[in-house]
Amino acid sequence: MKRRDFIVKGISAGLVSGSLAGLGGLPLLTQAAAPSNNYDLVAVRDGEPEVMFDRAIASLGGMSKYVKKGQKVVVKPNIGWDVSPERGGNTNPKLVARIIKHCLDAGASDVYVFDNTCDAWNLCYKNSGIEKAVKDAGGKIVPGNTENYYKSIAIPGGKRLKEAKVHELILNSDVFINVPILKHHSSASISLAMKNLMGIVWDRRFWHRNDLHQCIADLTTWRVPTLNVIDGYRVMLRNGPRGVSEADVVLMKQMIVSSDIVAADAAATLIFGSKPEDIPHIRMAHEMKVGTMDLSKLNINRIKI
Amino acid sequence: MRSVAWPRKARIVLSLLFLVLTAFLFLDPAQFITVSLIKTITWPQFTPSLLKFLVTGSLAATGFLLFILLTFLFGRLYCSSVCPLGTLQDIISRLVRLIRPRKPLRFARPRNLLRYSILAVVIIAFLAGTSLLVNFLDPYSNFGRIMANIFRPAVLAGNNTLAGILEKQDVFWLTRTPFKGYQIMSIGFASGFLILLTWMAAVRGRLYCNTVCPVGALLGLFSKASLYRISLDKQLCNSCGQCSKVCKAQCIDVKSREIDYSRCVACFNCLDACPSSGVVYRFAFAHKNTASVIQSETGSARRRTLLKAIAAGTALITSKVFAVRITGGEKPTEIPEERTLVASPPGSLGHEHFNLQCTACHLCVSACPTHVLQPSFLHYGLQGVMQPYMDYHSGFCNFECTVCTEVCPTGALLPVFNEQKKTLQLGVAVFIKENCVVYTDETDCGACSEHCPTKAVDMVLYKNGLTIPEVDDTICVGCGACEYACPTRPYRAIFVEGNRIHKEADKPEHETIVLEESGEDFPF
Repeated sequence: MKRRDFIVKGISAGLVSGSLAGLGGLPLLTQAAAPSNNYDLVAVRDGEPEVMFDRAIASLGGMSKYVKKGQKVVVKPNIGWDVSPERGGNTNPKLVARIIKHCLDAGASDVYVFDNTCDAWNLCYKNSGIEKAVKDAGGKIVPGNTENYYKSIAIPGGKRLKEAKVHELILNSDVFINVPILKHHSSASISLAMKNLMGIVWDRRFWHRNDLHQCIADLTTWRVPTLNVIDGYRVMLRNGPRGVSEADVVLMKQMIVSSDIVAADAAATLIFGSKPEDIPHIRMAHEMKVGTMDLSKLNINRIKI
Repeated sequence: MRSVAWPRKARIVLSLLFLVLTAFLFLDPAQFITVSLIKTITWPQFTPSLLKFLVTGSLAATGFLLFILLTFLFGRLYCSSVCPLGTLQDIISRLVRLIRPRKPLRFARPRNLLRYSILAVVIIAFLAGTSLLVNFLDPYSNFGRIMANIFRPAVLAGNNTLAGILEKQDVFWLTRTPFKGYQIMSIGFASGFLILLTWMAAVRGRLYCNTVCPVGALLGLFSKASLYRISLDKQLCNSCGQCSKVCKAQCIDVKSREIDYSRCVACFNCLDACPSSGVVYRFAFAHKNTASVIQSETGSARRRTLLKAIAAGTALITSKVFAVRITGGEKPTEIPEERTLVASPPGSLGHEHFNLQCTACHLCVSACPTHVLQPSFLHYGLQGVMQPYMDYHSGFCNFECTVCTEVCPTGALLPVFNEQKKTLQLGVAVFIKENCVVYTDETDCGACSEHCPTKAVDMVLYKNGLTIPEVDDTICVGCGACEYACPTRPYRAIFVEGNRIHKEADKPEHETIVLEESGEDFPF
């Protein structure tokens, strides 16, 4: 770690604890922690979800670097399952709320949240705690349960997936923040940022039928999110993606933030205990030059709280 | 002196209230109504309550007893105000007369032979083990089917359009509910029934209630001896016939000044219509000519065998017919899902109990949040026509959900508690390897295992780093998530074989995870 990083981090840490004292001084924080580095990826560990995100986004230059005044933002967490937050099947609602707050503080006109769920959508929205968290934070929770919401797009760079129907919010928003949860996945080995994009499309059946890994990689050639925030606070290490009980979940308190979706997935895969090159869709996206899974070439900020 | 108007007014208010509330149960586009409210609204419905009482014997199912008592006291109040099909007929009759005025109704002779024969056959058939006739003739259930199969799609279309308009204004208060799996048989039956009902109501008022309806016939036996009743005052009545013209039951014989109390549906139109206060509603000592209650015999073993044979035959045919489904352009799968039994809904204990108790009102179909409950055609055989079954191509049973077991008014579905539900085995998943994407295409899939709430369907090592599904039938609950999610067409690579009698699955168990500390803060 370079000495200069340490100083910058020292300052932001002090401000974070200040804001935690109940002042909620977020704008101050984002302004004060102006970056002197252009990090490609930030990894944070050992904090609460809100604190870890505050630190990560500050070290990237604050949310105002990604969200401009008056812009529409769509935040896409994983809300796939009708399970409680303790089960680690869906993105941590506290993290989702914190991201919304940062976006609104940066001047976003609207912050929308949705997912194309696997279990009954209204139960997922409710029992994940995300619906309430979004409303409380000032965001708008939007359904994704019928085909009407999805519009056709072409994927010229795709090998198997040449077209898809994507939720209109993705098409109509200025900023797209992808907020997956790190977990085991029985189909895709591991579920991360790239896999989370299956929740923005309507017809998932086609993906499963036509080489799942290739389709996951193909969609990322169409468009990548502005920012990927991987929630590794509670991590489901087996029986994913739904999980059977809380025994499948371990408290790891990790977070990865990056604009490079492949790098973010690669880093999270290592945290999970697997190798990125062993996960076909990460390898494929790397080969298709969507991003890089070679972390040694990246400027990474590692923050231990 | 003007006649008494309030009983009629009260009846109209009450009947509209029951009609609107009951209709909304089936039309509710986005689960606005709570489960407890649903239970309250269906509590007084006669046939469901009676059937539920036969199973549970509980106080929660005594609505029918209340109405037998009320009928004995005041006449057929159920038919006049509570039965939604009765009110629907009144509205139809009224509308038809508004559009094309026709001659007023007049006294008609009862068709008692037909009426009591139908009641007897319905009861005998039920005791013989089939609720098919109850299912076809019960007024509440027919009303439910008309609402759920004909009006609900229209309401959903309206709801979805309105939701679309609101969304344009950035308002997400109303949400869309997709149309799913409406079954031709149920739509056809409900439409046919509605047409027949419209014709009967237009031409002869409450003809259905007094000739076909088994509930009407049964309550008629009690209303014959009711303590409070309409009568024509011998002094005041001048046989002008105004009462008879508004009598939708066609039961007032003005010439003889007699009323057929078995057919009087206590609508009180006549009270209001009489210009000379000659129609009175008053206490009367019960007549001695109480009709002998039709004693129903238990069905013969031969009848039962015959029904079972028909059932088995039709079930076999339909499993073939319904297996054919379209593919999405990929290489179609070749091995049909050889399902011998569909799964019956949670809380139904099994096919036998369910088929006997369910009147196919489709309340659970409307209430099911995942749309897995769909009206059947011959999936259960003839005796279960239109009764809901678990259609795993339409949806799958949400692991944590028990809504259908709570709303069922007939006791066909008995309450299941959340923890019970998690080990309640409706059926067992069967894997067809030769249809599986992993086997045919050698690419990863795992959609089935992904959706499995107990990991009864788990992915095990296959070859070249690929994993393939494996079913542990001891912990499988038969929720159908695997079948729903399976991407192969026309035949799926995994399907649920229903349990004839529901079983209890084992609880999935896993060791606790112990994390090893790597010693480094970040592995990169």
